[in-house]
Amino acid sequence: MTRRWLGWALAAPATIAVAIFLVAPVLATFATTFGGPKGAFAAYAAFFGSGFRRTVLYRTTEVALITTAISVFVGFITAYVVSRVRGKAKSILIIAAVFPLLTGVVVRSFAWLVILGKNGILNTALLDLGLVSEPLSMLYTEGSVIVAMVYLFVPLMILTSVGVLEGIPDDLIQASTSLGASPAATFRQVVFPLAMPGIIVGAVLVFTGSFTSYATPQLLGGERQMMMGTFLYQRAMVTFDWVGASTVAVIMTVVTIAIVLLMSRIARRLNPAAV
Amino acid sequence: MATRIHPLLVAFAALVFFFLVGPLVIIVGAALSDTSFLTFPPQGLTLHWFSNIFEISAFRETMTTSFLLAFLGTSLSLLVGIPAAYALHRHRVTLPTWLSTVFVLPVLIPEIVFGFSLMKSATAAAGLPIFASLLIGHALLVLPYCVRVVSASLAAFDFSVEEAAVSLGSPPLKTFFTVVLPNIRAGAIAAFILAFITSLNDVSVSLFLTGPGISTLPIQLLAHMEQFFDPTIAAVSVLLMAVTVAVMAVVEATLGLSFLTK
Repeated sequence: MTRRWLGWALAAPATIAVAIFLVAPVLATFATTFGGPKGAFAAYAAFFGSGFRRTVLYRTTEVALITTAISVFVGFITAYVVSRVRGKAKSILIIAAVFPLLTGVVVRSFAWLVILGKNGILNTALLDLGLVSEPLSMLYTEGSVIVAMVYLFVPLMILTSVGVLEGIPDDLIQASTSLGASPAATFRQVVFPLAMPGIIVGAVLVFTGSFTSYATPQLLGGERQMMMGTFLYQRAMVTFDWVGASTVAVIMTVVTIAIVLLMSRIARRLNPAAV
Repeated sequence: MATRIHPLLVAFAALVFFFLVGPLVIIVGAALSDTSFLTFPPQGLTLHWFSNIFEISAFRETMTTSFLLAFLGTSLSLLVGIPAAYALHRHRVTLPTWLSTVFVLPVLIPEIVFGFSLMKSATAAAGLPIFASLLIGHALLVLPYCVRVVSASLAAFDFSVEEAAVSLGSPPLKTFFTVVLPNIRAGAIAAFILAFITSLNDVSVSLFLTGPGISTLPIQLLAHMEQFFDPTIAAVSVLLMAVTVAVMAVVEATLGLSFLTK
C-alpha cells in the first residue's frame, strides 16, 4: 500500500528549496537581460557588439577546448594504465588521483602561482641551470591558465575513465586477444569504442567546468586573460553593471546546458551496448 | 588477467602522477620554509607559518565561518536530501520521472551563475542576512551530491526488508529509522563528508554571497594572495590538505574509495 501523497511529501522540501532558491533566482537573472528601452535583445547586442567581450568569450571557449582535449588524452591513457594494475599499487594510484580532486581549487591554483611565478620554482631552476639569462614571465598568459586547468581536471578524467574501463567485461578483452588481436588492436577496436560514451561524459564535465571556472583564471590569468567567470565578477562587483553581468551569466548557462544535452545525446547514440 | 601494458604507457602514466602530486609536495615544502617568501625546496625548517595563520584574525574568523557553513549546509542538505532520495526509490511509480532531474539542476547551472543569481535575489532583493544566503547557497550546492550518494546506497537496499517490518506491525516512521536508515548509514556518512569538503572548498558560489564582515576561508585566501605572497598561504593550504586526508580516510572506511570511480 503506497500512499500517493507520501512520495510527494518526502520529495517536497528539497524540490521546493531548488525551485525557490535556484530556479527562481536564475530565471530572474535571465529575465533582466531581455527587454528594456533599447529593445528585447539590447543586452546581447551590446555583448556581441563589443570586441573586448567577444574576445573574452572566444578566449574562454578556446581555453576550455584545449583544456578538455589535453585532459581527455592524458586522463584516459593514465586511466587505462591504472585499470590494468592490480592490488596495492592500484589503490595507491587511485589515492594519488582522488587526493588532488578533493583538494580545493584555490590551493591547487596557488601551487601553480608558486611554480610559474617570476621568482617561482621553474624560473629559479631554469636560471640555476643557465638555460635562461633572465626570468621568463609565464604567469598571466593563456598558457599558465591552461596548465593549471589541466592540473585541475586530469584527476576527474582519470577517475571517470577508470570507472568506465572497469565496466568493460574482461571476457571481451580475452575474446579479442584469444582471437589473435594484438594489444593495440584490442585497444582500438574493443576498449576504445566501449569506453567512448564514458569519455564523452568526462569531457563534458571538463569542458563545462573550465568554461565556467573563476578561481584559476583569476589567479593565473588576472586582468590580462579575462575569462567569462572573471568577467562576470568584474561586471557585477566592480562596475555594478548587473544587466551586463546577467548577460554573461545567461551565455554561460546556455552554453553549459547546450553542451550537456548535445553530448549526452551523442553519447547515447554511440553506446554500442544500447544497440 | 593481465594484458601487458606497453612500457611507454607506464612511463607516461608515471609522469602524469608526478605532475599530479608534485605541486602539492611543493606547497608542503614552501609552508615549512624558514624564509619570508615562497620557495622550494624549503630553506631551513619552521612551523612559524602555521602559528602565523592563527595570528591573522581574518583567517581565524573565516576558518570558523567555513567550517560552520560546511557543517550546517551539509546537514540541512541531507535533511531534505535523504527523504527526497528515499521517495525517488520507494515511490518511483507514483512520482513523475522529471522529479529526479530537479536534483541534477544545481549541476547544470554553473556555480558562479547560481551564486550571482542568489546574491541578487536573496541578499540584494529580499534582504536576507549574509550568513543565511551563504547557508542556502552551500546547502543547494551540495544537494546533488547528497541525493546521488544516498541514492546509490538505496539502490543496493532490499526494500522487501522494509515491507517485512511494516507487515509485522512496525509503524512506517519507526521502520525508516530502525530498518532503512541503518542500512544506508555508510552512504549517508560518505555523502556528508563529500558534501562537507565541497562546501569547505567552494569559491564560485561564495564569491558573491560573502559580504562585509563575513567571508569564507577560500575567498579570504584569494584576497590574501593578491596582497601578500608569503608562506602563510602555503600553511593554510596544508591545513586544508589535512582535512582532505581525513575526508579520504572516512570515505575509504565507509564506501571505499573505489566508489569515486563509479
